[in-house]
Parts: sequence; structure tokens; C-alpha cells
Amino acid sequence: MKFGIPVYPGSNCDRDVGWVIEKVLGHEVRYLWHKERDLSGIDCIIVPGGFSYGDYLRAGAMAKLSPVTEAICEFAERGGLVMGICNGFQILLEAGLLPGAMLPNKTLSFICEFVHLKVENNEIPFTHLYEKGEILRIPIAHAEGNYTCTPETLKELEENGQVVVRYCSPEGIVSEEFNPNGSLNNIAGICNKKGNVFGLMPHPERASEAIVGSVDGYRMFESIVRSVLV
Amino acid sequence: MANYSVKIFVTYRKGVLDPQGVAVEKAAHSLGFEKVGNVKVGKYITMNIEAGSPEEVKKEIEEMAKKFLVNPVIEEYTYEIEEVKE
Repeated sequence: MKFGIPVYPGSNCDRDVGWVIEKVLGHEVRYLWHKERDLSGIDCIIVPGGFSYGDYLRAGAMAKLSPVTEAICEFAERGGLVMGICNGFQILLEAGLLPGAMLPNKTLSFICEFVHLKVENNEIPFTHLYEKGEILRIPIAHAEGNYTCTPETLKELEENGQVVVRYCSPEGIVSEEFNPNGSLNNIAGICNKKGNVFGLMPHPERASEAIVGSVDGYRMFESIVRSVLV
Repeated sequence: MANYSVKIFVTYRKGVLDPQGVAVEKAAHSLGFEKVGNVKVGKYITMNIEAGSPEEVKKEIEEMAKKFLVNPVIEEYTYEIEEVKE
């Protein structure tokens, strides 16, 4: 299958995601410059992390205006699979493909460390190879991952099972103590109602080979392939 | 057509925790400015707009705010318009 990875000025995880898909997973990648609109032949879009447009104005605010983002929004509306990682998640929020917004981390610092995540929803194309309640060890690297939304949206997210992964302790305890950035309800990743758009702050592409310290992120990419090819 | 100078102030909405505001407030208190409260850190954007009337300028600003300048989930904004006299 073919993955599309948009590249904005300032993206810096595009090659990492591409590496995992091509070299580890063994599938095809097409890099999409931010001025491109043609997504023909692409089965899944992964919006990578980085600092698109230098995070000017707000993280993701400029990238949402790019031609490639408009094409991604149309692709998602047609039911195409779209995953956003870190800055990619922020772009999906700004573009309105996912509800809510990001605030600066409660610590006001850039956090780069391994965290633990609890899989809350394993019924979407991005997580179906995980067990529900499984604990993953995947790194985060961001300054603005403090997810927030209106109380009504939060209620909806929780009721619809749209919270896909939550920050937790190594044993799976979800509490403020194990919330690195202050996000509402320890939210690390959410999906849309249909389940074809998924965004998360942690970097599964940095946890997909034993040599980098964890393989817990790999099954997200594998899940996508299995859901498309089966 | 006239030239208008525009000042836009973007701050977090009420009820949205502003981590920078909280840090600045704590710093102020620790320096002895104990009566300081409700500190918010926001953005200040200036620009010039050519338009036929202040109403047109208003429309432009509000459209820009809606499209990208402001994220309504977390932010709110006010603005000031002033005609630039030659």
C-alpha cells in the first residue's frame, strides 16, 4: 500500500515516519510537498511532527492553510485514513478534522521523554492490533501538548470512545501525577467520530525498532496496513 | 480609500488556563507585587488596511480572525481601528 507524508517548511519527522514505513514495514511512501494537491493512489496520510512554519501564530495555524492540507481535508471527508503525529496532530486540530485545541504544556517547558500510554480504543484502523487497556511506552517531544476543549466536546469524546490513548503510569494508572503536559483527562490521542482520523502527541515512529528503545509504536503502522489490505 | 491602522489583541478565553499568565503572576508575587492578579499573556498584532470605511476594515479583521488569526476554541480577541492621516 502507499502512504502519503506531507512535508511543510519546518516538518522534521517526515523522514523518520518514512523510514519506518519503507524500511521496517516494507511499504511505499510518497512525500507530498506542502504546495501539492494531488493525493491520487494514496491509501493513508500521515501528517508528521516538527515545527511547520516555525509554529508561527499557533502550532499548526499556518499549515492548515497549505494546499496539501486542503487536499488532506477532502481526503478525510471521503473516508480516507489520516493520522497526525505531534505537530501533525496540532495541524489536524487547527484544520478542524479533530475537535479541540492545544495549549502550552503546564510546565511551560519542552518535554522530551518516554511516557506510558493506555490504549482506550482498539477498534479503529490505527490501533486494532493492540489489546484494550494495553500499556505502551512511547516518547513525547513537544512544548504544546496540553489538550483542551469545551466541556461539551469532552463529554462527547468520552461518550463516543474517541479518546484513543491516555497518559498513565507504567502500571496503567491514569492520574494527574502521570500527566506530563496538563492535557484534559490525560488525553494523549483522539479520533474523529468515524474513526478514520486519528491524532496523537506521542511519536510511534520513534518507538518502532528495538534499537531505539521501544517497539510499542510499530503496531499502529501495522494496524493501518492490515485494515487497508484485508 | 483610506489607510487604517489596526491593533488586534488576542488572549485566552475565560476559563482556559493560561500557563504563561500563571507563571508571570507567581513571579510578580514573589517580587513583592502581591496585589497583582488575573494576569494573562496574549498576542498583539498590528497591521495597516486600505479600505473605504471603518466598517469595511471591521469586516476584514473579523473574517481574518475567523479564518486563521484566532482559534475560537481557546482564544478571544478585541481590536482598535484608527484612520492614518497623511
